Amino acid sequence: MVIPENLKFTTDHEYVKVEGNIAIVGVTDYAQGELGDIIFIDFSKSIDDAVKLSEIVCSIEAVKTVSEAFSPLSGKVVEVNSSINDQASVVNSDPYGEGWLFKIEMSDPKELDALLDAKAYGELVGA
Amino acid sequence: MKKTAFNDLHKKYGAKLVEFAGYEMPVQYEGIIAEHKAVRNSVGVFDVSHMGEVQIHGKDAFAFVQKLTTNDVSQLFKGRVQYSSMCLPNGGIVDDLLVYHCGDYFMLVINASNIEKDIKWMKENIFGDVVIKDISEETSLLAVQGQNSMKTLQKLTDTDLSKIEYYHFELGKVAGQDVIISRTGYTGEKICFEIYSSSDVKKSEELWNAIFEAGKEFDIKPIGLGARDTLRLEYAFRLYGNDMDETTNPLEAGLAWITKLDCGDFNGKEAILKSKQDGLKRKLIGFVIEDKMVARHGQDVYAGEQKIGHVASGAPSPMLGKNIGMAYVTTEYSKNGAEIEVDVRGRRIKVVVTKTPFVS
Repeated sequence: MVIPENLKFTTDHEYVKVEGNIAIVGVTDYAQGELGDIIFIDFSKSIDDAVKLSEIVCSIEAVKTVSEAFSPLSGKVVEVNSSINDQASVVNSDPYGEGWLFKIEMSDPKELDALLDAKAYGELVGA
Repeated sequence: MKKTAFNDLHKKYGAKLVEFAGYEMPVQYEGIIAEHKAVRNSVGVFDVSHMGEVQIHGKDAFAFVQKLTTNDVSQLFKGRVQYSSMCLPNGGIVDDLLVYHCGDYFMLVINASNIEKDIKWMKENIFGDVVIKDISEETSLLAVQGQNSMKTLQKLTDTDLSKIEYYHFELGKVAGQDVIISRTGYTGEKICFEIYSSSDVKKSEELWNAIFEAGKEFDIKPIGLGARDTLRLEYAFRLYGNDMDETTNPLEAGLAWITKLDCGDFNGKEAILKSKQDGLKRKLIGFVIEDKMVARHGQDVYAGEQKIGHVASGAPSPMLGKNIGMAYVTTEYSKNGAEIEVDVRGRRIKVVVTKTPFVS
C-alpha cells in the first residue's frame, strides 16, 4: 500500500496534495483497494461551486459498492477531473496521479492542520 | 468465523476476505472485472465450500423430496441434477437448491446462509422412513467454470468429462481423490464443473493445487464472490436473499419452470396455484440502465410518481459494458421495453425492462 510522505490525509481515506492555495483531492491507495474496481465517478459539484468542509463532492461507483468523496477543506471547486470517466479504473491504478478527483481553492488553509500526515494515516490503516 | 479448507490458499493468492454467511470468504483476488473476464474467456476456480450439502436417506426419501421441493423429482434418475426450490405453505421461498439423484439417496445443495433454517424446515416436515444427514462441514466444493474448465480437469481424471452432460454428475477421481464431478454452475458458462470433495485441509489444498497446475496453460485464476455475483447476474440466475425470499413465491420470482403445479403435491402448492389463478401482482424483471449509475439492491422503482417496486439485484455487466439488474415490479410494468425509473440515491435513473439472460 502506497502512502506518499508529501500528502495530507483524512480519516475518510482521501488525500490532499497542496499546491499554493489549491488542494488536489483524491482517494488513497488503501481506499481504492477497499472499493475494488471503480467504474464511474458521479460529480455532484461542478466548477465554481462553493464547498464546505465534509460536503459531498462526488460519488465513486465501484462494481460491488458505492462510496462518497467529501471535500476535506472549505473553499471553491476550481476543477474536476472531467476526463476520468473515459476510464475510471485509473483511480485504481494511479490514485495519487491521473486518478485525482477534484481541486479546491482553499478559503481557510488552517484547516490543513486538522488533516493527518503520512505517518498518522499509515497507523490508521495499519500500514 | 468459520473457515473453509482453502482459507490459507486464499490468503496466499492475495484474496480480500470478508465475512459471508458465517464464513471468511474471498470477495476478490485480482479484481472483480478481471476475474469475471477470466471465467468468460478461459477458466476460473471458486471456493464455494460454504454451501450446504444434505443427504436424504431412507425408503421414503423420494416421497419426502417430492413433497419438499417444487420441481418434479420423478424426472430424475441416478446421475441427474435438478434445480428446484422449497416453499412455505404460503408459497414463500425457503431456499433454492440443487437436487442430486444419487441412486438410493438424494443430495440437496442449499445456500450457506440458509443451512440451519433449511435443515430445521426439513426436520419439521419429515415423514415416514427418512434420515436427514448434514454433510456440509465434511464437504469441500470447488466450482471450475469456463470454456477451458473441461480441458483443465480432464488432465486430472480418467472419467470422460465430455460424456457428462449439463446438469448431470458422476462419481469419480480427480487428482486421485474420490469426488462428485457435477456439470453445474452459477456462471452461465456451458462448460462448467463443480467438484464435491473431502473438506480435509491437506486433501483440499492438494486438489486446488492440482487444478491450478493443470490450468496453468489456460491462465487459470481464483475467482471471488464479487465476480460470482456479476457472472450470475448476466445470466439472471436468482440469488436467494436478493431476488427471492420468504415473501416471494416462485412464480413471482420467474421460476415457473421449476414449479410443477400439474404433478403431485408439494409444500406451498395450493397458495402458489391460488396466486396464479388470481393473477400475479408483481414479477421479477430484468432491466438495463441507460446511464453510468448502478442500481443496487433495495432501491425503489417508479413509474412516474407511483412507486411500483424495488431493485432486487444490480451490478455492472462486464460483458455488455452496461449496468444491469433485476427488480420486482407490479405486473403492468413487467413487459419488455417498459420504461421505468430507479431512485438511485435521490436521483431518478431511467431503466428499460429487458428479456433475460442479458448475455447469451
